Amino acid sequence: MTTTTPAPAPAPGAGSEGQGPGGTDERLLGKSPLRKLLGRPELGSVVGAIAVFVFFAVAADSFLRTSSLSTVLYASSTIGIMAVPVALLMIGGEFDLSAGVMVTSSALISSMFSYQMTANVWVGVGVSLLVTLAIGAFNGFMLTRTKLPSFIITLGTYLMLTGMNLGFTQLIDGTVSTKSIGDMDGFDSARALFASRFTIGGVSFRITIVWWLVLVAVATWILLRTRVGNWIFAVGGSRDAARAVGVPVAKTKIGLYMGVAFGAWIAGQHLLFSFDSVQSGEGVGNELIYIIAAVIGGCLITGGYGSAVGSAIGALIFGMTSKGIVFAEWEPDWFKFFLGAMLLLATLLNAWVRKRAEATA
Amino acid sequence: MARFRSWVSIALAAALGLSMAGCSSHGGKRAEDARNAAAGGKAAVNTPRWTIAMVTHSGDGDTFWDIVQSGAKQAAVKDNINFLYSHDDQAQQQAQLVDAAVDKKVDGLIVTLAKPDAMKAAVARAEKAGIPVITVNSGGDQSKAFGALTHIGQDETIAGQAVGDELNKRGRKKALCVVHEQGNVGLEQRCAGAKDHFKGTMTNLYVTGTNMPDVEASVEAKLQADKSIDSVVTLGAPFADTAVKAKDEAGSKAEIDTFDLNAQVASGLKDGSLGFAVDQQPYLQGYEAVDLLWLYKYNADELGGGRPVLTGPQIITKDSAGALAEYTKRGTR
Repeated sequence: MTTTTPAPAPAPGAGSEGQGPGGTDERLLGKSPLRKLLGRPELGSVVGAIAVFVFFAVAADSFLRTSSLSTVLYASSTIGIMAVPVALLMIGGEFDLSAGVMVTSSALISSMFSYQMTANVWVGVGVSLLVTLAIGAFNGFMLTRTKLPSFIITLGTYLMLTGMNLGFTQLIDGTVSTKSIGDMDGFDSARALFASRFTIGGVSFRITIVWWLVLVAVATWILLRTRVGNWIFAVGGSRDAARAVGVPVAKTKIGLYMGVAFGAWIAGQHLLFSFDSVQSGEGVGNELIYIIAAVIGGCLITGGYGSAVGSAIGALIFGMTSKGIVFAEWEPDWFKFFLGAMLLLATLLNAWVRKRAEATA
Repeated sequence: MARFRSWVSIALAAALGLSMAGCSSHGGKRAEDARNAAAGGKAAVNTPRWTIAMVTHSGDGDTFWDIVQSGAKQAAVKDNINFLYSHDDQAQQQAQLVDAAVDKKVDGLIVTLAKPDAMKAAVARAEKAGIPVITVNSGGDQSKAFGALTHIGQDETIAGQAVGDELNKRGRKKALCVVHEQGNVGLEQRCAGAKDHFKGTMTNLYVTGTNMPDVEASVEAKLQADKSIDSVVTLGAPFADTAVKAKDEAGSKAEIDTFDLNAQVASGLKDGSLGFAVDQQPYLQGYEAVDLLWLYKYNADELGGGRPVLTGPQIITKDSAGALAEYTKRGTR
């Protein structure tokens, strides 16, 4: 299990530090650019994304319009915002099945708190952040304390959240969707942050695309440039080995779950502020879509390998397929079939590329 | 491998042989083709080939929406329309599908407003692009405010009240309203409307509609626990049949009534295992939506005078179920 952190090649002549008299460590030698490229987890998905793009560009004449591409990017961003922290979590070797309904929970908390307390909506947004992070911390804490598989722990959380979403909404608002908070103080500024549109060159884009790109950049920096990134790869690769070399395994995993919760908070606030009320029964099933996006993007189910950029490309493939089928005027019934086929193809391609990369390494 | 292959060929030969030997004189594909031969054909108008997109909140594989679609497609054939259909049961995705239709620059748009707040911006965007919008099935209260031409559908509260009245007529005292999807506003309105007009007591029972065995077990348990229940109202046609099974298992005397129609419900009404059905005529919702958009584009006609055009409730009992069995099999009722 090698991490794929590209080590900066030492400048010629510069003495590499911390080396024995034997000269440079061979692990720190520069790789050829091609070798570097082949070693990237997201390579397979990039090839897949280009193929999907070309395919729909040919099959649907309206696909290449700028407004259509903006719609595709928006669809991708609503998945991608969650796919980034989910990918990090999977690199850390864990699952989160509660991620889909957590988005809805976050939106519900925010909207109901503001409404019931007649508070400025920013108060609700803040409370929602705290509660959602607490749910994430609960997932991580249960996992590290009980040593049960994350599949089981988060399956429990998923079911509990699904029930609480419906139950609390019915209990507090007396209906199945929250009351509108569109006329309350702070709504407009919150909408501007979470759900506005901006125009570039006459095309209107959604702000979620910006959130998405920022999250991808931050996650990539964490993974490749910080100590925490090394911890994430280490705990995903081998928990015991990581602990043996002094990586704080429990902290790292709890942090990763809180990262997913943070993503759910952003996605949830977007859900609320783009529509100003929330349906309590939604979000079920989306957790698998986030996982699919991460896996298409090169994350290994077993952990220890993957990238944030890959998850973004996985989300982009998802967005292109789900909306491309509409632009191409096909029966939408086939969408899931395509998604499944794409998942298998991308994963096979990823495995093949990785094998080649390891063989030549 | 060779052994596997020989097994496969034996199985194939057996299947072929069986299908050659045993022809059924009833039902099956041949009977269906005979039924479908009625309405096909060519466009009856020579207006340009306009494209109309329909975006609904339906989940995957929903029989109700198949009937809506078959109505819409029938009108599309007649009016020389290129008809596109897409759906998603999550509000955000449905709004994105409307966006995609607007990007395609369609000539007309049909949407359902089951989640009105979520659809507001997308519908506004369509109107800004000059695309006429008609709402169907759900969202009668919001349709006009959103700037749609017309709303075509059934008012769920009125439909529920009709059920309450019918139960009174039948002298029922204690009813059960089986809600198959928690968190669905329309279903809640149906039960609330029925409660509103029903003189006896009515309680809601929540079941998981995506899991039929669970529905049956829940209804059965409820009927066993409370022998005084004398009527069960299901909110979707597929659940009526399940409720009948549950009733038989529980040894209850309750009458099963339902919203919406399908082939089983029609035959159930005929043989008396079901009391009555309340139909909202989904075929009409699809057909009228396409036809009214055509009329608007061709002749700037608008129907309904700013009020929703109601396609229901239509109460169907044993007496009126006769011809419907045929139509439900055809997938138009």
